[in-house]
Formats: sequence, C-alpha cells, structure tokens
Amino acid sequence: MTSVLYDAPGPRAKRRNVVLSVLFVVLLGLLLWWIWLVMDDKGQLKWDLWEPFTTADAWNTYLLPGLWNTLKAAALSMVIALPLGAALGIARLSDHRWVRVPVGAVVEFFRSIPVLLLMLFANELYAKSANVASEDRPFYAVVTGLVLYNSAVLAEVVRAGILALPRGQTEAAYAIGLRKGQTMTSILLPQSVTVMLPAIVSQLVVIVKDTALGGVMIGYTELLVARSTLAANYANVVPSFIVVAVIFIVVNFAITSFASWLEGRLRRGKKSTGAVLSPNDATIAGTTATGAGGGAI
Amino acid sequence: MFDFLQGYDVLGAFWTTVKLTVVSALGSLVLGTLLAAMRVSPVPLMRGFGTAYVNIVRNIPLTVIIVFSSLGLADIFGVTMGASDNFDVQGFRLAVLSLVGYHAAFVCEALRSGINTVPVGQAEAARAIGLSFSQTLRLVVLPQAFRSVIIPLANVLIALTKNTTVAAAIGVAEAASLMKTMIENEAQTVLIAAVFAFGFVVLTLPTGLVLGWLGKRLAVKR
Repeated sequence: MTSVLYDAPGPRAKRRNVVLSVLFVVLLGLLLWWIWLVMDDKGQLKWDLWEPFTTADAWNTYLLPGLWNTLKAAALSMVIALPLGAALGIARLSDHRWVRVPVGAVVEFFRSIPVLLLMLFANELYAKSANVASEDRPFYAVVTGLVLYNSAVLAEVVRAGILALPRGQTEAAYAIGLRKGQTMTSILLPQSVTVMLPAIVSQLVVIVKDTALGGVMIGYTELLVARSTLAANYANVVPSFIVVAVIFIVVNFAITSFASWLEGRLRRGKKSTGAVLSPNDATIAGTTATGAGGGAI
Repeated sequence: MFDFLQGYDVLGAFWTTVKLTVVSALGSLVLGTLLAAMRVSPVPLMRGFGTAYVNIVRNIPLTVIIVFSSLGLADIFGVTMGASDNFDVQGFRLAVLSLVGYHAAFVCEALRSGINTVPVGQAEAARAIGLSFSQTLRLVVLPQAFRSVIIPLANVLIALTKNTTVAAAIGVAEAASLMKTMIENEAQTVLIAAVFAFGFVVLTLPTGLVLGWLGKRLAVKR
C-alpha cells in the first residue's frame, strides 16, 4: 500500500485513473486557454508591455533596487530578531515563575497582533517622537515591526527546539554535576541550534513576504513599490505584477528548498540527537509560514 | 482618557475584520479541502496541480495578491465581483477572493498533514479484518485524520484573522486602516495602538485557547 487512503491500483483503477487524468488535462487546458484569451482581449500580451523586462533599464532602475531593499530589511530583521527571540525563548523555559509568566505574556501578546499594526505604530512613533530622517523612517519602521513580531515567533521556535531534545541530555548534564546555566549554554543550546535551523530558515520566507506590507502601507521602497513606479513608467500593470510575483516565488522557493535540504541533512547527521523541528512543525503555532502579518502561515 | 475614540467607529471597523475573517475562513476551507483531495488522490496529474498551486501561492506575499486583485483584476480585467458601482463592497469582495485563494493553500497543507499522521498500518489492519474501502475511510482513517487536523487548522484561522489587515492596502475599511487614520490624526499614539492590539488579542486568543484545548483533548495519542 502506497497510501493510507487507497490500495495499489488494479487494472480497473488504472483505467479509471487514466480517464480522470485525461478529463483533468482537458479542464486545465480549457482554463489556461480562457486565461490566455482574456489576457489577449485586454491587450496584456502585447510585446511592448513585456519588452522592458528584457532591457537593463527596468532591472537596474526599479526591480533590483526594490529587491535589494526587500532582502535588506528581511535580513536585518532576522539578525536582530534571532538573539531577542532566543533570549525570550530561554526565559520562557525558566524555573522561576516571576520570569516565565511575564515573558510568556509578552511573547503571546506580540504573536497575536498583526505585524501591520506594529509597523504602523513604529512608523508613527518615529514620526512624532524620534529623531529619524524622514527618508529613513519607513525602513526603520518596517524593521522595527518585523523584529517585534518575529522575535516573539522565534521565541516559540527556540523553546520548541530546546524541548525537542531528548530528556536524557539534561539528565546526563545534571548527573555529571553541571548547573542549570551550564547545562543550557554548553549542552542544550549548541544541540538545539541544529534542531531549530530549518524552522528559522523558513521563518525568513515569512519575513520576506511581510516586507511587501511595509511597502504598501508605510511607503518603504521595496519590490512591490518599485513595481508601481515601474508600471507608472511603462504602463504595464499586469506584466509587472507577474514578473514581481515570479521574483518573490524564486527567492522564497530557494529559501524553502534550502530549509528542506538542511532538515534532511540534519536528520541524517551523525553528530546530533536526530531531533529536528520541521519547517512547518505544528508545535510552532502562530504563523509558521503565513506571512503578511499573519505569519504562521 | 479614552475621549479620542469619539468620532471613530472602532467597533464597526472590527466588525468588518470579523466579517472578512468568517467569510474567508469558510471559503478557504472549501477550496483548501478540494486542493487537499487533489494532493492525496491517486491521479498523478491532480497531485501535481495541487502541489504546484500550493508552492506558487505560498511563496507570493499576500500583499502582492491583494493589491493585484484591485489594480489587475478589477481595473484591467473588469472583475468587479458583481459590485462595479459600489467601491466599498467591491474592495471587500476582492479582499475575500484574495484571502480565500491564499489561505486555501495553507488549509490544504494542514489537512494533508492530518491525513499523513495516520499510519498506513491502520488502513492495512482495517482491510485485514474485512472492512470495505469506504468503511476503512469512514470508520478508521478519516476520524483519526480529523482529530489531528484541529490544531493546524486553528493556526491557519488565527493567521487568517491577522492577515485580514492586509485588506487595508486596497482601502477596505477594517481595523488596521482605521488605526492608520486615527494614529495620524490623534496625539495618543500608544493608547490607540493599545486599543487595536487589544481588539486583535480578543479575536485571536480565545480561538487559539479553545481550539488548542480541543485539539489536545481529541488528538490520537501514539
């Protein structure tokens, strides 16, 4: 049996599958043909709408700077949010109630708020009461919002990563006389890094997707905003959307594939306990892959 | 202290958020189930289509999808969702369309992971004691799959609630767009943000707690 849902197909099932395949291909073909017709009807297939993307100008002036801004904000947010998240995650595992409870409340609070609210709040706070140059403000606000939200999400990843290690690790550490702090820093943390890596890498996808929100709502000139200036210049709204979507897909798919490859490698690794958090592990509630302020998913 | 709330319809904005969430949740549950059925079907082509859909949609930012639904679908292709004269209704429906298309991919993955948690041995044992194909599905496989799907689906629902704020990008009058307006016009930045944050905590926290408890209670212990 290949699947829990059905047996290996016999002659009749094979015939039925072929019939279903043919039907499906016909339906899919009709759908694609219809999309093509509608695109053609509205003049979206004209070469002069697509031609700019074959020139260096469109890429150097609009798309690449936009993509650079997207990746810059995402990378910086990740770099700041990771240590913060690690600290919060470890604090949530504390034996002291007075540490565990408030930190837990903070983490849960920031995980249940849309990232857009945090970006808007940070943007306004910088505008009213901080000394930030107005052209830098959107960038600061986007990074601040992403850091606040994602450090809470990563705190959960770190906590789940440490909890995923076999109990024997802690027990062995106590048995040879290590203290709590020593156990955490020299036994648990080093091992949990490999456990968490895939989940952390896939959180990058969420961050990259959320930067687009900062572009539209608070004017950070990332890829989606760069698209609108490009479309205003070449009058090619639909083609520019398609190109930008493809860029996002390529970037995020590369990140996701890297995370899966990492996961597989770590699972087979000789040096680890074999515990690995999958990138879409259900234990990391919230937004594991959502993005757009929703994260998790 | 809260006199800045006067003149703004905060409850109305959150009501829009709730409506967006409920309608989109139902829609993505239907479409997601269809996609999940494709991804676990014995027909390789359908599996391929489901996989392609999920991988493409998951990697595009929701913001791009929602903005495209307004600038591309509505303005260029004339997809006005039956409300060409009423801009507000049109924005709402386009937002629902985008949210459904986007979250269906995540619903599909949640359902598929639920089906995958059922060990093949369960189905083999069911067939061994003489149950028919439909009995195997009805009595053994699906009940176990549904139980383990509650928590992942709850996570999708919470994410969907938060993602409705992206509809602000095309001018839907929901909580985030009202917050943007208020925070720009009133002095109490922190207080306003706290009010809206509290609103979302009220919307998402009970969902997480109730469904999390239910999921834990019903989960099949292996």
